[in-house]
Amino acid sequence: MKKAVDIKGLNFSYSDNEILKNLSFSVPEREFFIIIGPNGSGKTTLMKIIAGILKPQKGSIQILDRPLKEYARKDLAKTIALVPQMAALDFPFTVTELVLMGRSPHLSMLGFEQEKDMEIAENAMVLTGVDHLAHRTLDQLSGGECQRVFIARAICQEPKIILLDEPTASLDLANQIKVMDLMDKLKKEIGFTVIVVSHDVNLAAMYGSHLLLLNAGIIASLGKPKDVLTRHILEDIYNCKLLVDESPVGTFPRVTLVPRSEGRGLEDGVNL
Amino acid sequence: MNHKTPFVLKRIMVVSLLLLLLLLITMLIGISMGSTGNGVKAVLQSLFGEGGTDSILDTIVWQIRFPRVLLAALVGATLSLGGLVFQALLRNPLAEPYILGISGGSAIGAIIGILAGLSRFPGVSFTAFLGSIATLVLLLIMSSGQSILKTHTLLLSGVMVNAFCGAIIMFLVSMTQNSRLHNIIFWLMGDLSMSDIRQVGILAATLLPCFIILFLYSHSMNLLLVGNEMAQTMGVNIRSVTTILLVTTSFMVSSTVCHCGLIGFVGLVMPHLLRLIIGSDHRVLVPACILGGGAYMVICDLLARLLPQQGEMPAGVITAMIGAPLFIYLLKRSKR
Repeated sequence: MKKAVDIKGLNFSYSDNEILKNLSFSVPEREFFIIIGPNGSGKTTLMKIIAGILKPQKGSIQILDRPLKEYARKDLAKTIALVPQMAALDFPFTVTELVLMGRSPHLSMLGFEQEKDMEIAENAMVLTGVDHLAHRTLDQLSGGECQRVFIARAICQEPKIILLDEPTASLDLANQIKVMDLMDKLKKEIGFTVIVVSHDVNLAAMYGSHLLLLNAGIIASLGKPKDVLTRHILEDIYNCKLLVDESPVGTFPRVTLVPRSEGRGLEDGVNL
Repeated sequence: MNHKTPFVLKRIMVVSLLLLLLLLITMLIGISMGSTGNGVKAVLQSLFGEGGTDSILDTIVWQIRFPRVLLAALVGATLSLGGLVFQALLRNPLAEPYILGISGGSAIGAIIGILAGLSRFPGVSFTAFLGSIATLVLLLIMSSGQSILKTHTLLLSGVMVNAFCGAIIMFLVSMTQNSRLHNIIFWLMGDLSMSDIRQVGILAATLLPCFIILFLYSHSMNLLLVGNEMAQTMGVNIRSVTTILLVTTSFMVSSTVCHCGLIGFVGLVMPHLLRLIIGSDHRVLVPACILGGGAYMVICDLLARLLPQQGEMPAGVITAMIGAPLFIYLLKRSKR
């Protein structure tokens, strides 16, 4: 099978500050790949490099068996779409306008949309369940709706790979599941390769087919959720007490935080 | 979904036609009204050369009012468009060439050019352009390192740049004996009265290409507004687009400043009004700002000519009286 992303010997630093050190890994096509790790481990930087926003000092990156450097800007836009962390917009575009912007790599400079583009945008909105909001402006939407609109925009780009940076960070529980379920569905039904940067180890355990655990710019662990999310590895990296067992709802690990303050600890009889 | 057919082009056409009509009507009113009270009918006759026996009216219409109204329309178009572009680029709805100090920098350049005895075109235009670029660079350095999304840092930088420019202008004016600068104060507040048709023609010829360039980049402005990173992953070359937009806009603004001084807040009023009515799509907003901004300025100039009992007041007085309260309102709202 083709590799969606293949990285070898990647180094990246901001002036003197080394962020990523000699990373090598690959992401197979049609994978739900989740990058986890503590704050400042280099997750977002890695994502920006794959998206072509940041240029690494060393290393080779292949996107679908072709060097990233050889992609023209618009070609890359037809291959990779990015859903960045949510930012407030002071300029109220309508949902349709924003989703249609995803068509721009396929259009001329002024981006005049044809009927076909309108159809693609509509389908994307139906797929993400925001079609009923088509004429609303973005400032009228809730966080969850907004995130799904931005995902619809990414789908509209008709990429092979979708990158999401902390897609669930500011969402409530129901919307976290909704967004992750949506990405899972897109992976299965359309065949996208989905790469997500996340803080949430439990969501990663539930949805990731493979996880990459990053710590201080190096790969701490890479593999299936049950191999990456072990108590030993996680306690070591996050430097806190944790309980890891199998989730009662499926065959994936569950990570539980253990409070440190007295009287809130484990009840007697629970053995870590 | 109601829209099955591509509608952006259609929207551009409809909005532009309506605003073009508005612009033509205001221009006609602007030409018709003045201290010698001839009616619209007589002016129309003069404009289209029918029964043109009234040679005094002909002279007034063709040599005084027509160039002036045309200049007002060009200046209004430029400043509105300038405001729109800066607002998109800096992702800040309060950005505007005058508030940011870009106009002030152009004025310093223009005064230096006048003092050096250069001709208005291309000499003074060029020094004004250099002045605007210098303030732009200064502004970007001052606000670099901080997020340009932080409204107040940028605005404060702009206000300071503006105050500094004002001081330098007054310094230059006080130090010189140059008679050309004797009515500089009037010019500083925005004066459209010194317009002859040849100068206005040259200005129009320099501005039109700028309008076209900015329209071509209007969709890129849409994408930039959503965020630099997302724009980049949709195929926009951020650095080149930003440079082209900034340089074109500075050039355009500085060209108008050396013709009619500092006219503030125009870039705030029209973009906001039009955004409220037609939304945020810059492909529609760019032509709308050109035509609507022109109409707005023609009206402001007309008020400046008609309101005083004798003589006239600088057009910048009117635009500031309308624009500054709007600015305060928007600033208050943005603090929420």
